[in-house]
Amino acid sequence: MSDRPKLINVGAYSFYESMRAQGADAVHVDWRPPAGGDPELARMLTRLERPEIDEANRKAVAKILAAKPMLIGIKAAKDVISGMTEHTILHSGPPIEWERMSGPMKGAVWGALIYEGLAKDQKEADELVKSGEIKFGACHDHDSVGPMAGIISPSMPVFVIENQENGNRAYSNFNEGLGKVLRYGAYEESVIARLKWIEKTLAPILADALKRSGPIDLKAIMAQALHMGDELHCRNVASSLIFLKSMAPHIAETGYDRKEVGEVIKFMGENSLFFLNPAMAAAKAMVDAAHNIKHSTVVITLSRNGTDFGIKVSGLGNRWFTAPAEIPKLLCFPGFTEADANPDIGDSAIMETAGFGSFACAASPAVVQVVGGSAEEAIEHTREMWEICLAKDKSFSIPFLNFEGTPRGIDLRKVMDTGILPIINTGVAHKKPGFGTVGFGILRAPIECFKKALKAMAEKY
Amino acid sequence: MAIKSVVRKGDYRDSVMLMRISKELEGLEGVKRASAMMGTDNNKQLLKDAGLHTDEALEAGPNDLIIVVDAVSEVLASQALSKVDDLLAVKKEERGEITYKTLSSALSAIPDANFVIISTPGEFAAREAMRGLNAGKHVMIFSDAVPIQEEIELKKIAYSKRLLLLGPEAGTSIIDGVGLGFANAVKRGPIGVVGAAGTGIQEVTRLIDVESGITHALGVGGRDLSREVGGLGMLGALRFLAADPETKVIVIVAKAPTMGVAESILKAAEETRKPVVACMLGASKTLVTRHGAIYAATLADAAAKAIALVQGKKPKEVTFTAPRKWIEAIVKREIKNFAEGQKYIRGLFSGGTLCTEAMLILRELVGDIYSNIPLESRLKLPSTDKSERHTCIDMGTEEFTRGVPHPMIYFKPRCERLLREAKNRDVAVVLLDVVLGYGANPDPAGELVWAIAEAKKTMAESNRYLSIVASICGTAHDPQGFEVQKKKLEGAGVVVMPSNAEAARIAALIATRGKARGKLK
Repeated sequence: MSDRPKLINVGAYSFYESMRAQGADAVHVDWRPPAGGDPELARMLTRLERPEIDEANRKAVAKILAAKPMLIGIKAAKDVISGMTEHTILHSGPPIEWERMSGPMKGAVWGALIYEGLAKDQKEADELVKSGEIKFGACHDHDSVGPMAGIISPSMPVFVIENQENGNRAYSNFNEGLGKVLRYGAYEESVIARLKWIEKTLAPILADALKRSGPIDLKAIMAQALHMGDELHCRNVASSLIFLKSMAPHIAETGYDRKEVGEVIKFMGENSLFFLNPAMAAAKAMVDAAHNIKHSTVVITLSRNGTDFGIKVSGLGNRWFTAPAEIPKLLCFPGFTEADANPDIGDSAIMETAGFGSFACAASPAVVQVVGGSAEEAIEHTREMWEICLAKDKSFSIPFLNFEGTPRGIDLRKVMDTGILPIINTGVAHKKPGFGTVGFGILRAPIECFKKALKAMAEKY
Repeated sequence: MAIKSVVRKGDYRDSVMLMRISKELEGLEGVKRASAMMGTDNNKQLLKDAGLHTDEALEAGPNDLIIVVDAVSEVLASQALSKVDDLLAVKKEERGEITYKTLSSALSAIPDANFVIISTPGEFAAREAMRGLNAGKHVMIFSDAVPIQEEIELKKIAYSKRLLLLGPEAGTSIIDGVGLGFANAVKRGPIGVVGAAGTGIQEVTRLIDVESGITHALGVGGRDLSREVGGLGMLGALRFLAADPETKVIVIVAKAPTMGVAESILKAAEETRKPVVACMLGASKTLVTRHGAIYAATLADAAAKAIALVQGKKPKEVTFTAPRKWIEAIVKREIKNFAEGQKYIRGLFSGGTLCTEAMLILRELVGDIYSNIPLESRLKLPSTDKSERHTCIDMGTEEFTRGVPHPMIYFKPRCERLLREAKNRDVAVVLLDVVLGYGANPDPAGELVWAIAEAKKTMAESNRYLSIVASICGTAHDPQGFEVQKKKLEGAGVVVMPSNAEAARIAALIATRGKARGKLK
């Protein structure tokens, strides 16, 4: 060897220590078993390390980075979402039959049926479901996303987001705030009344205002909000206010009743999660642009229905790969304990899928406090997610990390190679229907989903 | 009696660290046994076999960390487990240094790196090694349990790319003065060493250090000279040393290579056109000299001959470095308090090659030596737990290291065995190797002295005397401090000899009360 040895140590840290003790030029790789420690899967993974897959992923990520999600309208779900009938109820996560639905999702379904006037109370709603007349579907399979139970029923107004770079659209419902709300499984009178107000007052006024403002550039709002301390999943304080700021003059111009206009502005101003829902649809519109690319191992969906966790992968079409949903490590609101928590639920993990939420945690140390961690951890989360993503997106830069870009484009292969599982910041629902929010938490996607997807990838390609 | 466990999901730690944690847990109050392992099927079986399992532990997956303690009471078991977080927290110290999550990211961040050292579990080692080779780097695989097919494939690729592939099971290498794995701090000099034997390389290089130094020591792994692998790793290593202008003399160290393979190695050695000393333990002298290499019967002999070549002197064989009358004085002193019937040697080794070398020497002087790695199959111990007549045991074999660290790090099994040997009325001499250097225990002598004192006391109680002979495989520059280690051993009444070979010879003289003298050269 002509030069001094320059060493890379893979595995035992003590070897690295002894290299350093000898003054050697060495670096350490904090190695973890690939493929969750399964040698057979590791061999599949090796087979998938091929140029055509690299190339497909480059294409996929370019599409995610180039996406331009715009809010173009507010419409009733039944008018825009394909496959939506008078008796269709969409829910979060992978498809699931009634019997296996968790408490909060059942509560939200009952509430939605009462809201739609299809049942007068919980008992009637339950009978209606059991009669088989209600058709369930996963939001994600209908270009939609909804936080927590993610229930979208035909009359609900939805945000219509179009990715103007690619032409694809995504939809999401309206955010009701925290506490006893439908998406957390509450279905009492006040919950239904709020949903009605959203449908009859909020949505028409906002729709009118939007016609006056013209399409709203959501990417711009999201990028600004990151610089203001949002990670856009559990913290949407800044984004909600920017959104309100952009809409307020147009809301004022609509000429609606003063009291109603006042209510709308107050509601949007007080609900610091208001922007979560349009942000989720924007995130979906961005990632979906990379869907169905042959050979691509980019993860397109991470989502949970309170019973199962499911993922989709670009090159594997609309197949879901599922595993049991786990209970997040959580910080409870007063009066609740961990024993009250339902397993992970909601489409909101689309934020992480698209490179926000915990992936952008370094931009939002305050949110780690909400979920019980430190600012240092927030930075570590983003650094860790870089390891499983294909790009750092300078459009969404992080001041704390010298304006480096957020990690985007989760590569199934990298997840399996490093054993680093996507981290998700999330709200936590009570496991019984009717109770609402228990707290906020943090957890990792279950490895089983990725193992199944890896096997499918190895079989297909 | 209480067995308790904790399982930490998705918390992967390397095996060396886990062994250290097991050891630290065993040092806590009331803890009889402790084990920290990843929840692979293999490891779970180990826990089951050891009776160290809980339902929770058996349900863990390969990415989950299992920690089990067996303590004298529930309270002490829980108390020990409550320390786990602190023990695992060491990793935090890494903060501030750059570490990489994958080899691929390290390779792209440091394009001019030239050596990749792999110590992952065996089934994943080939995957990482291939990445290193594809990036044009030399690779050393420390891991064991790499499938032999993968070893062959990797070595073929490395050979064709003119890269080194050291290992698998390469316990020792020194690259440009940097010791990798278990290695002594050896001076730079003109001698290059290739070996298929870990402690063999250590013993040769540290003996070379006394009067000369090395360029590189390249460990190619214990299976390299098997028929299947055909010495591919060693051929590559020889080619590497042949091309290295600073290497003036080459030493080959191997433990009983396969016949055809030994020939092709010696042929390749001849083609280097550099003087070659071959210490192939168990191979015939004629085989070695036929290809122009210089025959060395022992590791010490190989080192001495290589040094002589470098110094332009005629290589000669050395039986004892010290004057013979000094040796006789030691023997006289050691046999003085023996009781009737004390006649057997029990060698307890942490180095496999040192064990083999000792047996080859002892066989000539005292006759049959039983072992778990015998020179002839008829001398295989029926049970490794029980010594027979003259016995030498390699305590670094799998049966001893399943789930616990190598005996160069972890001394509990060897100390226990020493105490047991001291209870046998017919044992005269216990022969030990004490290995220093990087990777080894920070204070091996300190780990041994209490057991040595205890063993000597046990013997004295029945009016007998236990002679303990050791050699220290170390250099003056080793982090443990050669002189400090030697003083500790001598202070405990151990006869410390300059090499493993000399230790074996004097052990034979003592055990035979001097009668083996006539068989020495």
